[in-house]
Amino acid sequence: MTDPSRPTTADAIAISNLRFAWGGRRRFGLAVDTFSVRRGETVFLFGESGSGKSTLLSLVCGVNKPASGQVEVDGTDLGALRGAARDRFRAERIGVIFQMFNLLPYASPLDNILLPLHFAPERRQRCGDPRAAALDLTDTLGLSRSLIEHAPAADLSVGQQQRVAVARALIGHPPLIIADEPTSALDAGAQSAFLDLLFERVQAFGATLVLVSHDARLATRFDREVSLSDIARTHREDAA
Amino acid sequence: MILLRLAIRSLISRRITVGLTVLAIALSTALFLGVEKVRTGARASFADTISDTDLIIGARTGGVQLLLYSVFRIGNATNNITWESYEDVISQPGVAWAVPISLGDSHRGFRVMGTTAAYFDRYKYRGGQDLTLAEGNRFDDLFDTVIGADVARQLGYRIGDPIVVAHGLASFTEHDDKPFRVAGILAKTGTPVDRTVIVSLKAIEAIHVDWQEGAQSANPVSADAVRGMDLAPSAITAAMIGVESPLQVFRLQRAINEYREEPLMAVIPGVALQELWEIVGVAETALFGVSAMVVATALIGMAAMIFSGLNERRREMAIFRAVGARPGTILGLLVLEAALMAAAGAALGVALLYTGLWIARPYVDAAFGLYLPISALTPREWAGIAAVVAGGTLVGFFPAIRAYRISLADGMTIRT
Repeated sequence: MTDPSRPTTADAIAISNLRFAWGGRRRFGLAVDTFSVRRGETVFLFGESGSGKSTLLSLVCGVNKPASGQVEVDGTDLGALRGAARDRFRAERIGVIFQMFNLLPYASPLDNILLPLHFAPERRQRCGDPRAAALDLTDTLGLSRSLIEHAPAADLSVGQQQRVAVARALIGHPPLIIADEPTSALDAGAQSAFLDLLFERVQAFGATLVLVSHDARLATRFDREVSLSDIARTHREDAA
Repeated sequence: MILLRLAIRSLISRRITVGLTVLAIALSTALFLGVEKVRTGARASFADTISDTDLIIGARTGGVQLLLYSVFRIGNATNNITWESYEDVISQPGVAWAVPISLGDSHRGFRVMGTTAAYFDRYKYRGGQDLTLAEGNRFDDLFDTVIGADVARQLGYRIGDPIVVAHGLASFTEHDDKPFRVAGILAKTGTPVDRTVIVSLKAIEAIHVDWQEGAQSANPVSADAVRGMDLAPSAITAAMIGVESPLQVFRLQRAINEYREEPLMAVIPGVALQELWEIVGVAETALFGVSAMVVATALIGMAAMIFSGLNERRREMAIFRAVGARPGTILGLLVLEAALMAAAGAALGVALLYTGLWIARPYVDAAFGLYLPISALTPREWAGIAAVVAGGTLVGFFPAIRAYRISLADGMTIRT
C-alpha cells in the first residue's frame, strides 16, 4: 500500500476495460472502457437509478472485484488485492456517504464518526487525537457537541445525520470521498447548505470528490460533469 | 473496544427482544444451577445430619429405609425390636455406647421421639457438633420434653408450656391425660432434630401403659399413678451404636445381622446414605438432563431471535462494510452479541438462583426438613456457567455465518 501523503502522479480513480457481472438470480452486467478522475477533482456523476451507479461505486470502493480490466484507486489496482486487503484499503482511503440511513442508529454520532478509524490504523494515526479530530469536524459542520456525544444517532434529524456522515467520511483525511445521492433525502434549502459544507470541507482537505446523483441541477458546482450512460454500458438478463 | 461498545448499544436498542431472550437464558441457567445446588445441598444436608455414629440397628428391613426412619424421620418403622434383643446386642464386646430411640407418636405434625439422656451427648451432626440447648434444661421429670428449634418457633412454645402427645402420626386420639411440659428448647441444627419433640423412653412407656390394641383401655391409669409403675420399655424402634474401634464395625454389623433370637439389622450410616444416593442418582441424572435441555432450548431461542433480526439489520451491516469492515468482522460482531447475551443471561441466572434460594430456603426447610446451605458457586457450577456462555457463543455462529454471507453479497448496498 502506498503512502497516501506522498504525492504521486497517479489519478485518484483510473478505470480501464472494466467488465463486471453480478452472479445469482439478478444477471446484471456493467462495462466501462475508460474513466478517470484526477486528484483533487470534484466530479458529478449523473445517473438514473438502474444505470449501474451502485455497481460502479461498489467496484471503486473495492467491495466487489472486476471480472476483467483494471480499477485503480490512488495508483493501486484493486482487482489485484484480496478481499480483506480491499476492505482495509477502503477503510484507509475512501470516505463514503449514502443517500440516507448512513449511521448506526443505536450508536452515538461520535462513535459513528470514529468507527472507520477502527478498521484503518493509518487513518487513525493521522488524526492524532481521534476524538478531538471528530469534534473539530462536527464543530465546522455546525453540530453541537452535546448532540454528538450523547444522543443516539437515531434522534438526529435527517440533515444532521447527513452532516455526521460527512464528518465520518472525512475523519482522518481519506484522499477519496464517494457520495451516493447524499442530498436526495433533504429539502431544497438544506441541499444547498449541505453541499456548501461538503465542498468547503473536501476542498479544505484537498480530497477528491465523486458525487453520484440523478438530480442534474446539482452539477453546476463541480469541476466536471459526467453522465454514467456515456462511460458505462449495462446489460440485463432475467434469469427466469 | 468500540466494537464491544457498539455491540452493547445495539443490544440495548433492541431491549425488549434481547431482554426476553436474556431472561429465558437466565431462567434456564437458574434452573440448571438450582438443580445442582439442591442436589449438592440435599446431599450435604443429609450427610451432615448424622456423624460419629457407627451403626444403626433396627428391625430387619431395607438399609436405606432404616436410616430414613430412624435418623431422618422419613417413613415409618415396619417393626420394633424388643428391649431384650437390644440389651443383648449392646452387651457384645466392642460396643462403646448405645442410644435407644422409640418413634411412633406425634405432636401437631412433629414427631415425638423417646430416648435416653445419652442422646444429647451421643448425637452429633455436621462433623461432630453437639446438640446445645438454646433455653431450659434436659428432661428431668418423667413428663418433661425437649423440643427442636423449629417446633418451638412454629408453635410458639416457651419453657414451661404444656404439650399433649397424639397417638400415632396422624390421629385424633391424644394422650391428653398425661400432658408434658417443655423443659428445654434446642438450638437450631439444620437437621431433623429441629422438628422433633424429644421425651424420655420411660415417658413413651408411661403414656402407653394403659393402651392395648391401639386404643386406651377402659381402666386408664392416671399420670400420678404411672409414676409409681415399672416403666422399663418392652420395645424400641431403633438404636444408635458407637464402637470402641473402627475395626470392629463390620464384625459387629455381621453379628447383629445374624442375631438368632430376632430378625435384626445393622447399617453403617455412610454406607446406607451411599445406597440412597445410588437410588436417587437416576432421578438426579434425569433432572440434570432436563435442565440442560432447557438451557439448550433457551440458547436455540436466542439463535432464532438473532436470525429473525438479520434481515432488518442488513442496512447496519452495509454501513459497517462501507466504513471498511470485513465480512469477518460482521461475523465476529454477531458472535460477540450472542456471547454477550449468554453471559448476561448466565449472570442474571446466578442472581435469580441466589434470590430463589434465599426465598425458598425457609419453605424447603419447613416442608422437607432440608436445610439448603447458601454457599458460593462451586467449580462444578462455574463450569456449568462457562458451558452456558460457551454454548451461547457456539449457537451464535449459526446466525453469524448467515450474516457473513449476507454482508458478502450485499456489500455497501442492499441487494434484493
